[in-house]
Amino acid sequence: MGNKTSIRLMQGNEACAEGAVAAGMRFFAGYPITPSTEIAEELAFILPKVGGKFIQMEDEIASISAIIGASLTGAKSMTATSGPGFSLKQESIGFAAIAEVPCVIVNVMRVGPSTGVPTAPSQADVMQARWGTHGDHPVVVLCPTSVAETYTLIVEAFNISERWRIPVIFLMDEVIGHMREKVAIPDPGELNIVNRARPRCKPEDYLPFDADAGDGVVPPMADFGTGYRYHLTGLTHDRTGFPTTKRPEVDALIRRLDSKMDKAKQEVTFVDEVLTEDADIAVFAYGITARAGARAVRDARASGVSAGLLKVKTLWPFPEEHVERIASKVRAIVVPEMNMGQLVREVERASKGKTKVISLTRVDAEPISPQQILSALKEV
Amino acid sequence: MARKPITYYLREDKMPHIWCEGCGHGIVLSAVLRAIDSLNLDKNNVCVVSGIGCASRAPGYLDFDTLHTTHGRALAFATGIKMMKPNLDVIVLAGDGDLAAIGGNHLIHAARRNIDITTICFNNSIYGMTSGQYSPMTPTGKMATTAPYGHIEEPFDLCELVFAAGASFVGRGTAYHAAPLSRLIAKAIAQDGFAFVEAVSQCPTYFGRRNKMRNALVMLDWQKEHAVTKKAASRLSPDELEDKFIIGELGTRARPEYTKRYESIIEAATKETDDDV
Amino acid sequence: MQKSGNAGPVVDGDSRPVIINDRWCKGCDICVSFCPKNVLERPEGGKAQVARVEDCTRCGICEIMCPDLAIQVVPAGDRKEERSGARGGSVHGK
Repeated sequence: MGNKTSIRLMQGNEACAEGAVAAGMRFFAGYPITPSTEIAEELAFILPKVGGKFIQMEDEIASISAIIGASLTGAKSMTATSGPGFSLKQESIGFAAIAEVPCVIVNVMRVGPSTGVPTAPSQADVMQARWGTHGDHPVVVLCPTSVAETYTLIVEAFNISERWRIPVIFLMDEVIGHMREKVAIPDPGELNIVNRARPRCKPEDYLPFDADAGDGVVPPMADFGTGYRYHLTGLTHDRTGFPTTKRPEVDALIRRLDSKMDKAKQEVTFVDEVLTEDADIAVFAYGITARAGARAVRDARASGVSAGLLKVKTLWPFPEEHVERIASKVRAIVVPEMNMGQLVREVERASKGKTKVISLTRVDAEPISPQQILSALKEV
Repeated sequence: MARKPITYYLREDKMPHIWCEGCGHGIVLSAVLRAIDSLNLDKNNVCVVSGIGCASRAPGYLDFDTLHTTHGRALAFATGIKMMKPNLDVIVLAGDGDLAAIGGNHLIHAARRNIDITTICFNNSIYGMTSGQYSPMTPTGKMATTAPYGHIEEPFDLCELVFAAGASFVGRGTAYHAAPLSRLIAKAIAQDGFAFVEAVSQCPTYFGRRNKMRNALVMLDWQKEHAVTKKAASRLSPDELEDKFIIGELGTRARPEYTKRYESIIEAATKETDDDV
Repeated sequence: MQKSGNAGPVVDGDSRPVIINDRWCKGCDICVSFCPKNVLERPEGGKAQVARVEDCTRCGICEIMCPDLAIQVVPAGDRKEERSGARGGSVHGK
């Protein structure tokens, strides 16, 4: 991977690809779509170098289906897309959730809806990332704020997916995807890599969906082709993996799957608090907007406004505690988003009325500027 | 008859299966298992994938690595499995609706790639699971819940479609001709490349009842009367052939297999690393 | 799919040429109709059963035509070890 030097100038999409390989990802299936195509192009080149495999499938549905299949053989697998493809993948994301198949889905957000502005950034897929597929289901959604963070956070995405047997959605946006920044590539030894728990019992005793065999929430997962010969289905299923409609079994499955979000929360919540100790006003921002937020906070401080920043990298499960704690200390929380106001609703909910929550929206295909956030901070 | 009892390949505690009385799918499944048995495949090395529909419930009963996926996507899931473990015998079992309607795009591309996956289409020309809508294989004029005035569309010739897309083996059989069907399926599994078998099956519950074929025996008899081998067909005149369909091996060609071709990419990529500065 | 005991009817030393698992049979009459020697019959509302076992030639048509995978025809040769459908200690191992 050419990581002879540890400092490199990398594109966001390139960092996503190389970070994934560093995490142990060895199968990628994708379909061309601006602004994520560079991820596929990079992986078509580097995966075979490490004995991994790349395939360009006939559409985005085929791509996510292929990575779920590959994951069943024990491989860490990933697909990458943007809005339109992300919409097509939703049904199979639900399959990965109910069948508990580790996989990572990268969505480099562009202006929607529909074809929108393919080359322009947006953050308007945030609710879709949580609720895009039908039915109650667990999902973890991470969102990097820089190219360097893209590299390290995609590794976390795989760790979470393997540890919790859950689809993890990695939300970038067109700016993060296409801009180039300095990246200090961690030595492989420095990275914490997690692999799914495999069963320790004999094949004939293996109950593929018996969580008690694991930690009570996540069952150990056997690889296809190793003699465990088990069944997976998108139908609600019992501990043997066979379809069931018995009410207690359906209820137990749905609640166990959903409980992954709470159980994982501590471990998967990545939020940086910048200058929040003495802040009397805060900015809640994620993705590229958090960069403008950081600048706005610095400028505000310079002009006497004691602002702080919640730099949020885990969008779901939503970091309620961080928001509630900040809400009880500040006069207002400004929530700048490149959408018509989506996560701001969660901020309001988590604030429980303890502070004003101000939505700052921008949907003209340009990133939000520090000045916009600064003026919002000053107007409060 | 199987050298080993067919129960050797079943998850017996999950039986009896859900298919209706007289449904052809059990006959086709039995043919698949006898084919696997005739090839003496190792149960730990067989992976069966299906989509959604009556036929797609088959893997749940089979003592292999089995995967019941989303509607139409079996071949895409199977492609991921085959790419990462090319030594597995990957078999897709699905119905005509799953494979040729919603799954059509994946069907033609899997054939175009010639990836070593054997696909058995349980063709009962109807959507049985959802109780009787017409499918891409429903003959013109037939009745269905969504063709209350008689079906106006033409069905695919699925074997021609898949062969034209690039498959290295296609064939057709029927539930009535269960023994030759099993031999055909064995040849398809043994083929190195994309192999497709259309197995004409019967749905007495929905297709039969709405089309004056009141039970499985009548429908099996229809299969007997309308299926002809290539040899027999060559002796029939065009109008005699009008309502007949050909069974047996219909097309085979030698083509490089996809996962083996990808190995050449890995060789090129790993060789290049050695020359890297 | 669990490797519970063998629910199939086949037991070692079973000399019957045709064994019908009446828990799986759904009474579709295909075997009764296809048997070339009229060995099988099915009472109204009941399951297929072997009526004239002496006429059975073990041709196996009933087995391959059974949609419920409920019929096992035991080949003429003494293949007791292969007839054992039991799990676990089966000669075929895992």
